[in-house]
Amino acid sequence: MSTTMSSGQQEQRSGFAGGVQVRAATGINEPKISIEEVDFFYGDHRALKSINLELPDRQVTGMIGPSGCGKSTLLRVLNRMYDLYPGQRATGRAMMDGHNIIAPDMDLNALRARVGMVFQKPTPFPMTIYENIAFGVKLHEKLSKSQMDERVEWSLTRGALWTEVKDRIHTSAMGLSGGQQQRLCIARTIAVRPEVILLDEPTSALDPISTLKIEELIDELKHDFTIAIVTHNMQQAARCADQVAFFYLGEMVEVAPAAQLFTAPKEKRTQDYVTGRFG
Amino acid sequence: MPEQSEHLVKSFDQDLKRLTDMLIRMGGIVENQVALATEAIMDRNAEAATRTVEEDVKVDALEREIDQYVINMLALRQPMAADLRLVVAALKATGDLERIGDYAANVAKRSIVLAQFPAPYSLGGLAHMATLVQAQLKSIIDALGSADADEAIEVWRSDRAVDDIYNTIFRELITYMMEDPRNITPCTHLLFIAKNLERIGDHCTNIAETIYYAVKGEVIPDVRPKGDTSAYAVIRPKE
Repeated sequence: MSTTMSSGQQEQRSGFAGGVQVRAATGINEPKISIEEVDFFYGDHRALKSINLELPDRQVTGMIGPSGCGKSTLLRVLNRMYDLYPGQRATGRAMMDGHNIIAPDMDLNALRARVGMVFQKPTPFPMTIYENIAFGVKLHEKLSKSQMDERVEWSLTRGALWTEVKDRIHTSAMGLSGGQQQRLCIARTIAVRPEVILLDEPTSALDPISTLKIEELIDELKHDFTIAIVTHNMQQAARCADQVAFFYLGEMVEVAPAAQLFTAPKEKRTQDYVTGRFG
Repeated sequence: MPEQSEHLVKSFDQDLKRLTDMLIRMGGIVENQVALATEAIMDRNAEAATRTVEEDVKVDALEREIDQYVINMLALRQPMAADLRLVVAALKATGDLERIGDYAANVAKRSIVLAQFPAPYSLGGLAHMATLVQAQLKSIIDALGSADADEAIEVWRSDRAVDDIYNTIFRELITYMMEDPRNITPCTHLLFIAKNLERIGDHCTNIAETIYYAVKGEVIPDVRPKGDTSAYAVIRPKE
């Protein structure tokens, strides 16, 4: 093939190998977080093996892979959730705006305000809807009553929940449906105005309509936030993500724009997983 | 794809196999149509011509069946990666095969008209062209069945030869028509027949491109040499 290829084509093709050109050609933004050679250990068990991955700014990175492949572990690294547990440690670098998230001197409160997380099961606090939002904000900022009202409305609006709950924000959040509770959790995360949002299987406990509402919300939020979503649902990754990373047995096997990964993955393991040949 | 392991859901493998089987069956009927149409011209065989046209009904029915099957698979299986490419390739290839069947039927119909005229000259060029096109079609249907990208590339390259013969026939027929206006009717039919065969070759290359993408996940990294230059052939009448 190469013998018959014109020199112009050759130049164009070799050009795609360069890092910057790959981004320009694939529509993937500059990285907000650069994960470099990250290893993670649960005691002696090495759960992540030399992970290299960039989370593009204001875009959605989907993480897929079978259970136990390390994708949730990687999310937990990005806001140092693992620090709460003795015996768990990470090595390598996760650079965000020139600072290493993994460094011991990282201010964890500041980090978690910048990198918010939403979990699989909705976790509303047993408080009113209003207080659920205000609670986190009070930890980081001193706002007047009217400023706080404004922030709560803004967060709930961005969380696509305001119109549904505006007449009952002073009632208990426990009275909301599962889908609403999950959107409340996303609104609560947004309320502290983070830069990165980590979503760990945010819709696996929700019905299809609630799921689509969350996906629509993700589409909306990516204009302002960098998002990483772990999901077991490949169609969801295909619908939501700009780029998708496939994890297997603690390795990051392949990362590519979603359209490429789901139509023509480069790695056989990715191919086998996305076509349902193992898992 | 032959080198791949089985799906966790076994019935998915069966669905994919059934899809490939339907395509090969359709390819077989179309191949037979082209053979019959060739026989109809070369041997002035009206019965072969009639059968060619009759087979078209089967081809159309199979095309509809495959279309529906693909749509069902997309909806129910949501195939990804190589599976997705294969399923979409089937949809595209079936369209090309259906067109090939149409061209064969058209050749057959013209052969009936042609049989009413004395042969204006040797049909050797056309016979050679038909042989090449039939070989192309056979190879591409084999490649479709075995998901063979290399064989697909071979077919894709071989279309150049068909185009070259077509150009020769085109010029030859125009010369005959200029020599004697009574040749115009049979020669025009022959011209359309040659063009139809040339188009069959083009659809074979389309299928080749489809197979290559389905197997490799990328387009053929080359530009196909376009060999049909008859559009530029200008022959001035004598003064």
